[in-house]
Amino acid sequence: MNELAALFLRAAFVDNMPLTLFLGLCTFIALSRRTGSAVGLGIAMIAVLGVTVPLNNLIYHALLAPGAWAWAGSPGIDLSYLALIAFIGVIAATVQLLEMVLDRFFPAVYASFGVFLPLLTVQCAILAGSLFMVERDFDFVESTVFGLGAGTGFAVAVIMLGAIRTRLSYANLPEGLRGLGITFIIAGMMSLGFSAFAQMVAS
Amino acid sequence: MSSQPRLWTTFTEPLIRQNPVTLQILGICSALAVTTSVATALTMSASLTAVLVMSAGIISVIRNHIPSSIRLIVQIVIVASLVIVIDQLLQAYLFEISQRLSVFVSLITTNCLVLGRTESFARHNPPGRAMIDALGNGLGYSLVLILIGSLRELFGAGTLLDWQLLPTVDQGGWFTPLNLMLLAPSGFFLLGGLVWAIRSLLPEQVEAGEFTPPETGEDGA
Repeated sequence: MNELAALFLRAAFVDNMPLTLFLGLCTFIALSRRTGSAVGLGIAMIAVLGVTVPLNNLIYHALLAPGAWAWAGSPGIDLSYLALIAFIGVIAATVQLLEMVLDRFFPAVYASFGVFLPLLTVQCAILAGSLFMVERDFDFVESTVFGLGAGTGFAVAVIMLGAIRTRLSYANLPEGLRGLGITFIIAGMMSLGFSAFAQMVAS
Repeated sequence: MSSQPRLWTTFTEPLIRQNPVTLQILGICSALAVTTSVATALTMSASLTAVLVMSAGIISVIRNHIPSSIRLIVQIVIVASLVIVIDQLLQAYLFEISQRLSVFVSLITTNCLVLGRTESFARHNPPGRAMIDALGNGLGYSLVLILIGSLRELFGAGTLLDWQLLPTVDQGGWFTPLNLMLLAPSGFFLLGGLVWAIRSLLPEQVEAGEFTPPETGEDGA
């Protein structure tokens, strides 16, 4: 149990997706202009990562990993090079399915997600979640915790950035720095702050 | 006849004026993650440009046959297949660098730059133009990567392409490496500074402020 909690914290803060691993930065920067859209994006990230990482884990271990076809009498088959294409397919299908289910049963939640859900198909952080799952050899429970943790970390970071940018729109910045430039510099400072979390796990 | 200059601008515009990283906010993730040394930045730029040009060509050839409702899936599958090929090539011939790039080669699949260009340009243009546009964008992306990569490697380790330019203190020289340059935050700072520099030179790129501070007029107040 303790190990799972540590894994969650590690995925959320130490290996924070946008700030320390540079993943999902395009949406991180593009959708953090307002706090409202940042909250929507954060919730969508938690939901999609929490579903796709364990699902891809099942598929990888049942079909693609080296030796996965041993039960069929051919232990030599290694399909792991197909992982990328399988993961993308699963992510696209999950996002589509999640959209339909939410639309049908929880229209209020669906409305708050807005356009962010379909966008997440092509978000590098989501695919990276699944690729890290393979690289670090997680089992099913671990990958669920990892997915939820990584999503939470992304949500925290994007909501913070959204809040700071809302305040900054009233600041009188040098012209060339407005918008994109200052956003990068703020993200750099947040990244400095988050690097302090690395000490938390190391000790 | 008149298409000649326009082809040329299609190629040169994305190099600096419409640069994918600093203006279109596309492909930032990999631009920061792989720039701790010039070698990885070069490999990444070459892989991305190759994938971008080939996928733009393929998608542009079949652009009239893809139903628009499933176009995203079709595009992603084409890009993912090309990325698998590149990934296997890198593992076969440049194993050491491919280890250092880790998942980032696979992540070219979801690089917004590739899908952004195929979605907004290759889908509406004939193969020749689409590939030239892709090449321009790929080179614009490479320019930014190589610039940031050389800065980070030079000041973070005193080397350039593993070639010792600034003798470090460990080796009896005078240069103390700035460790911050090899960590995540410096990537953000450098890119922010680069955007600032470009926008100071090209003022038409400046974003309009959402809120104008009140003028302090001559009548005091």
